[in-house]
Order: sequence, then C-alpha cells, then structure tokens
Amino acid sequence: MEVLYFAWVRERIGLPKERVETGAATVAELVEELRAREDRYAMAFSDLGALRVAVDQELADFDAPLDGVREVAFFPPMTGG
Amino acid sequence: MGAPRIRIVVQQAPFDFGAEADRFAAGRTDLGAVVTFTGVVRDADGDLQRMEIEHYPGMTEKALEAIAQEAATRWSLGEVLVIHRHGPLQAGERIMMVATAARHRKAAFEAADFLMDYLKSRAPFWKKEHGADGAGWVAARDEDEAALRRW
Repeated sequence: MEVLYFAWVRERIGLPKERVETGAATVAELVEELRAREDRYAMAFSDLGALRVAVDQELADFDAPLDGVREVAFFPPMTGG
Repeated sequence: MGAPRIRIVVQQAPFDFGAEADRFAAGRTDLGAVVTFTGVVRDADGDLQRMEIEHYPGMTEKALEAIAQEAATRWSLGEVLVIHRHGPLQAGERIMMVATAARHRKAAFEAADFLMDYLKSRAPFWKKEHGADGAGWVAARDEDEAALRRW
C-alpha cells in the first residue's frame, strides 16, 4: 500500500510517501511496524494523540482494519480555514 | 428546495472574490439570502514572511464535498461554494472563501458557520508560518475541535 505523510510528520520522516509491504491487520499494527524501522519513524509516531490518520482518503481511527486498503496517510490535526 | 448546486475549488492561484461573489447564485430569484465568508492570512506578531499551506490532493476535494453535502442535509440551501488555496501566501492574501445561498438568512448564516467550523478541523490542510525567527506549523486549537460539538 501507499503510505503518505503530511506537515511535520512528512518532515520528521523525511519523505512525502512510500510504498510499504505489510501484513498489518490494523493501522495501529502498521504504526508498530513503522516505529520499529528507524529513529525518525519512532520520533514521528511517538505520540499518537498528536496524530490523525486517513484510510483511503477518509478520516479513520487507529484500530481501523487495513484489509483491501490502498492508501494510508498520517498527519497532525488539520488547520484549514 | 431540491439538491443544492455545490461547487468546490482547491487551487494554488488567487481567486477573484468580487467576481465569485457576483456570480454566486446569480439569477436564482428564489434565494433571498447570500452569505459569504473570506479567510485572510493574518500576521499576528508582525513578522510573518510567508505562510505555506499544505494539503492532501484527492482527499481535500472529497472532504470539502462531504462537508458541503452535510451542510445541505441540515439546512435548505440553494447553492454552496467553497474555494480554498494552498501553496505560499503572503499576509493579507485571501486563503479561502465560503458562500451559501438560501431562501432566508438564518439558514445561510448557520450553514456558512458550520462549513467554516468543519473545514478548519476536518479538511486536510496544514498551515506553516515562516517568520523572522524561523518556521513553525500552526497548532490546531482546542476551541476549533470544541466548535464542532455545537452542531
């Protein structure tokens, strides 16, 4: 699946998106896999309360299932308007 | 009133507020109330060099459409317009506008207020301010999240 990062999550991880091969069943499991990769991921995902997630471009919870999902995005709370 | 005409625009370029306001709901003789709101880049501390607005292409348009559709289920609206810019902006530039048209003013005002509350916290935009002392992401405010509970 494609994993996208926005705003300071993108800056901390150092890239806007990447292809991730994963067997994670939920967003939370995907986060655990990413955290275990490198410090920059661990830093970006250190406080899930400060993060929001979208699954296939819809806002979702961290326990959302990933079966059949093409795109997951992580970002801070939105500040539009 | 049938389904409203909804127009969503996400673009980097400036928009012509006067032309948009003129064109909005033009010729709709059944709509007696038009409300417009415009958001402008604010330089709160007097040292803003520029603001950068990042967004999530694809999701942004869908989220704005969903918010406008939700407004249309709650109020009887004839037309809805949302324009939101991204990219680099200077203090004083217009970031976005919403417009609502309804038979009566209460629905138009309330729907515009609702649209603003939701697009602040539920549309995937992020603001970064570049100032004399460096750059920083604008933090979401608790009040913005609390504002959603009014509706």
